[in-house]
Amino acid sequence: MIEARGLARSFTGKHGTVEAVRGVDLDVAPGEIVGFLGPNGAGKTTTLRMLTTLLAPTAGTATVAGHDLRADPAGVRRRIGYVAQGGGTDPSVPALEELDLQARLYGVADRAERIAGLCARLDLSGLERRPSAALSGGQRRRLDIALGLVHRPPLLFLDEPTTGLDPQSRGNLWEHIRGLRERDGTTVFLTTHYLDEADALCDRLLIIDHGRIVAEGTPEQLKRRVAGDVVTLELAPGPDGAPEDGLSGDPATGRAKAALAGHPAVREAAVAGRTVRLTVENGERELMGLVRLLDGAGVELASLSLARPTLDDVFLTVTGRSLRDAA
Amino acid sequence: MTASFHDFEQESPMSFGRTAADTRLIFLRYLRQTLRSKVAVVFGALQPLLYLLLFGPLLSRIADVRGFGSGNAWQVFVPGVLVQLALFGAGFVGFGLIADLRSGVVERLRVTPVSRTALLLGRVLRDTAVISVQALVLLVTGVAMGLRAPAAGIAVGLAFVVALAVSIASLSYVLAMRTRSEDAFAPLLSTVTLPLMLLSGILLPMSMAPGWLDAASRCTPFRYVVDGARSAFSGDYASAAVAEGALVTAVLLVVSVVLGARRFRGENA
Repeated sequence: MIEARGLARSFTGKHGTVEAVRGVDLDVAPGEIVGFLGPNGAGKTTTLRMLTTLLAPTAGTATVAGHDLRADPAGVRRRIGYVAQGGGTDPSVPALEELDLQARLYGVADRAERIAGLCARLDLSGLERRPSAALSGGQRRRLDIALGLVHRPPLLFLDEPTTGLDPQSRGNLWEHIRGLRERDGTTVFLTTHYLDEADALCDRLLIIDHGRIVAEGTPEQLKRRVAGDVVTLELAPGPDGAPEDGLSGDPATGRAKAALAGHPAVREAAVAGRTVRLTVENGERELMGLVRLLDGAGVELASLSLARPTLDDVFLTVTGRSLRDAA
Repeated sequence: MTASFHDFEQESPMSFGRTAADTRLIFLRYLRQTLRSKVAVVFGALQPLLYLLLFGPLLSRIADVRGFGSGNAWQVFVPGVLVQLALFGAGFVGFGLIADLRSGVVERLRVTPVSRTALLLGRVLRDTAVISVQALVLLVTGVAMGLRAPAAGIAVGLAFVVALAVSIASLSYVLAMRTRSEDAFAPLLSTVTLPLMLLSGILLPMSMAPGWLDAASRCTPFRYVVDGARSAFSGDYASAAVAEGALVTAVLLVVSVVLGARRFRGENA
């Protein structure tokens, strides 16, 4: 559905040339929901604007929805829908007028039915006469999406679809986006800087930073590949009442470290006081084995916890900073 | 911009029908917008109307001062007010485009297969329609105040005003597209329009001006449009002033629309 090679874009301004996107390769298969993840200024929107014909690339090629981006931008436009970050409606224009104009510009034959159907599906029925200024944030966002879908595009681009929405509207919108793929097989390419959104909605993620794609995979793959699970062990106080400086003295921590060092799934072990933090591959599966190992070494545990890595851990690992700080 | 991909946004010559159909759709969209805010239409014509009502009568009293020619003062003053309407009415249309740029409407429309030229022409047609209606109101008011002019002359004068409105509206959109913010657009607009208005001799004929002012005035396009429209109102259709006015207006029209269309077809619109 999308095949891009070496897509790049630089801007020349007063302060010299800024390379916003520096050679992006990406492939999106039909029916996929792909998330484009990165902090503000990473190049997400610039890439999206190139793929939607709004911005000419300075280098690279791309085929979008079966049409060459440079040779046939009009062909691309007919087959894609695009919902910009800030939406695209005039606050004073009634929803129905916006939808009708959009449908006419795309040459939709069954305008009235199509618009009624979309309004019903996106919970906009009864709001058609309202100007978009009189719609709630969630309603306006769904109107934006209806505008992007009016010509039944096989490929929909969503730029930060849930920014500024309350949690309930976000969840509701996710359902609608999933429904697009399930009902019509629509391919969805969305940008987000919300990790929970990427995690909940996307089949596959591309992480972009400083204009380059730095990691790619399913949310699960990314988490497993980059971070591993975090197992935190707290050791029971020893019977001998040894000092708890954790540096040299405590025999239990020493025994635990020695026992775990040889385990193939343990990537990293860090000791702080009586607490041992382990980075473990496939933590869920290995957990029982670890407990038995420690038991065998005579280490008594006070508590044990397993935490799955978040996409933020992934982001931290591939970019060296937290997405929350970066955004 | 480093890249200039003119082929990227080129429209094929085959797309004339598409452009016409899209222009109609865009025109109707913005016409509906205008009809929703009738107050703006009234206020747009208010300033020239006030000049007509509150300044015009002064001129008719000093009509025998040199420079007004033999006809009645309204034949000189009304064409000037009409040009003023085109200059200011069409000059301000860029604000509407900036609002659309901000709300994302422009970008949304540009992702559709709509003809880029239609995005300009549809708007300009609406602006011209509004200014035409306002011009008719001014003319009727002028007649009520004492204007007497041949119908053909009035028609020619109106044609000047309409062509001028198309040009100014296109240029206003080019300027709005370049500045992209009201804060930059507003001062730029008044800096450009006020001297142009004063130099065009809209309020008083430039034939009354000292030599240096007359010379400066001849360097601005609207001088010729105003003189042409005035000659038409006094029935001198074959005069050099009408010919010069027509030529300048035609050149201005072509240059403005081409500039506008290029801007709207460009990648950064």
